[in-house]
Amino acid sequence: MENLISLKEIVKVYEMGEESLYALHGVSLDIKKNEYVGIMGPSGSGKSTLMNIIGCLDTPTSGEYFLNNKNVSEMFDDELAEIRNKEIGFVFQTFNLLPRSDALHNVELPLIYSGLTKRERIRKAEEALTNVGLADRMKHKPNELSGGQRQRVALARALVNDPSIILADEPTGNLDTKTGEEIMALFEELSNKGNTIIVVTHEEDIAKHTKRIVKMRDGLVCEDRIK
Amino acid sequence: MNFLLELKENIIISYKAIIANKMRSVLATLGIVIGITAVTLMQTAIEGINRAFESSIASIGTDVLYIQKFEWFGREDFEVYRNRKDITLQHFNFLKRFAQTSASMCPTQGTLKTLQFQNLTLEDVFIIGTTDEYQTTFGTNIDDGRFFTTRESEGGYPVCVIGMDVKNAFFENVNPIGKYIKVGTHTFKVIGVVEKQGSLLGLFSLDNRIIIPIQRFVKLFGTRRSISINVKAADINNIEETKEEITSIMRKARKLKPGMRNDFGINQQEAFQQTYDQLTFLIKAIGLIITSLSLIVGSVGIANIMFVSVKERTKEIGIRKAIGARRKTILFQFLIESSLICLLGGLIGLAIAFPISLVIDALVLPTVMPLWIVILGIFISVMFGLLAGFFPAYSGAKMDPVESLRYE
Ligand SMILES: Nc1ncnc2c1ncn2[C@@H]1O[C@H](COP(=O)(O)OP(=O)(O)OP(=O)(O)O)[C@@H](O)[C@H]1O
Ligand SMILES: [Mg+2]
Repeated sequence: MENLISLKEIVKVYEMGEESLYALHGVSLDIKKNEYVGIMGPSGSGKSTLMNIIGCLDTPTSGEYFLNNKNVSEMFDDELAEIRNKEIGFVFQTFNLLPRSDALHNVELPLIYSGLTKRERIRKAEEALTNVGLADRMKHKPNELSGGQRQRVALARALVNDPSIILADEPTGNLDTKTGEEIMALFEELSNKGNTIIVVTHEEDIAKHTKRIVKMRDGLVCEDRIK
Repeated sequence: MNFLLELKENIIISYKAIIANKMRSVLATLGIVIGITAVTLMQTAIEGINRAFESSIASIGTDVLYIQKFEWFGREDFEVYRNRKDITLQHFNFLKRFAQTSASMCPTQGTLKTLQFQNLTLEDVFIIGTTDEYQTTFGTNIDDGRFFTTRESEGGYPVCVIGMDVKNAFFENVNPIGKYIKVGTHTFKVIGVVEKQGSLLGLFSLDNRIIIPIQRFVKLFGTRRSISINVKAADINNIEETKEEITSIMRKARKLKPGMRNDFGINQQEAFQQTYDQLTFLIKAIGLIITSLSLIVGSVGIANIMFVSVKERTKEIGIRKAIGARRKTILFQFLIESSLICLLGGLIGLAIAFPISLVIDALVLPTVMPLWIVILGIFISVMFGLLAGFFPAYSGAKMDPVESLRYE
């Protein structure tokens, strides 16, 4: 099967005054459609940096990144914005919802940027919220929701535009174990439905859910295991 | 389509942001408020002066020359004018006999007297003595009755044509024509009423007067005063020619030798126009200085508040970018916010200026805030919002998504 994501010798360097800090040392990684991948590794090993590059939030210093056979590493800001909007659903550890907007509007937002009509937007956003079990919380603002519910809203937002890939950087990091399990169950369900998912996590428990585990150390992939 | 969608979304976001920071937004917009208040009030004042001036100047007439001892807005000392020989009816008769380029002319002489009708009195009414040609010279319209005839004029008949104020004071519900009024101690018969004239620069009424034959005037009130000879030019386009002709006839009448300076003034509406133009120019200059200063100060304030707003919402910008907002989307979002704030300022300015304009209208001089200045004011505030918001908005638009997401 064809690769959905293909990373070739990805290097990310942060220039810190005199010193150069290598967050990624040349990561090569292929991920196919429908895969459910867990990324693990100690703090500072470059997991988030890699996720940001895969999610087109950041661009590599060198190396090539193909997403759906398109060379993303050569794209400009606004092209990347479009990729983020259409192809990628990002779930963050800190939820990153707009505090002044209710759940429905938060989920609707990506659809505004892709230019759907109000009617379409509402229909899709309601559907996405219903799918994560929040049909009765649509008009709630983030601070009127529990952590788990917020992460569900974030997940609904990530899913609403039918992205090619779902990226989650420690999605359970701010949740208690039980709520974390519930969120991971949702991911599993999504994976079973045929979505491609990459999850960064510290916890072995959570990594159990994934079918492939990529371990990182010092900006390099040190282990890549398919169960 | 996409653009309109984002525009609408952006307006909603900006609205929420402004509401969330009501006080700050209103304070930031103070300069704009003052600027818009100043510019609209200035224009309202000018409008009022314009109106007063136009109605006054209409009563002076564009094609009428006033030959008088004094010069309007003259530069010489008052003494110089006062010591001149009076202008008399002889000069008028001389002029009338020889002038070729005038359509009509009349002498006028005036004094203040108390009027009486039955048990009603009216003090300080302006009594004008003139001839029947007054009507053609000034184009006076008669509201009721008629003007006096040549025969009545030359014969010095005790008849009068009254102004609207006099009519309203004496003849509220009565037909004034044929009634007898007392001017001082002398009885006159009312034969006509002059159409309402309004007031001169909104200061004193042009309707508080009566017009009588000058022969009668001279007989009753004396000839000591200098008169004004009012000449309507035959052709307004050749008014200079008329002026020259009048000057040379008057010089003869006054027996001036070549080389001697004119000892009379030939006044015309133009003199008013020039003084008026200077006045309005001054008002405009002051108004524009106040307006531009406060708008500049205002936009610095807006730019400042927008930088704060962008900074505060770094995280929000990161979130929006992460889910697909482009640079221009973010740029628009903040441009719309700053122009909405300024629009708010402009509207507050208008809301302050409008009642003041009503007060000016009621107490100072009749005027109305012109619609175009309202529209222009709104336009200016939005423009300044865009201008002031550009750099802050641009700084937000080009933020790096990863860094802005990390911002707390
Ligand atoms: N903007 C930055 N400037 C400088 N150095 C950075 C920047 N972002 C990340 N780094 C560095 O890059 C390395 C990798 O960071 P990264 O956030 O990817 O680690 P991580 O694996 O996600 O760690 P954690 O598990 O703690 O989230 C770290 O050493 C970090 O200090
Ligand atoms: Mg991390």
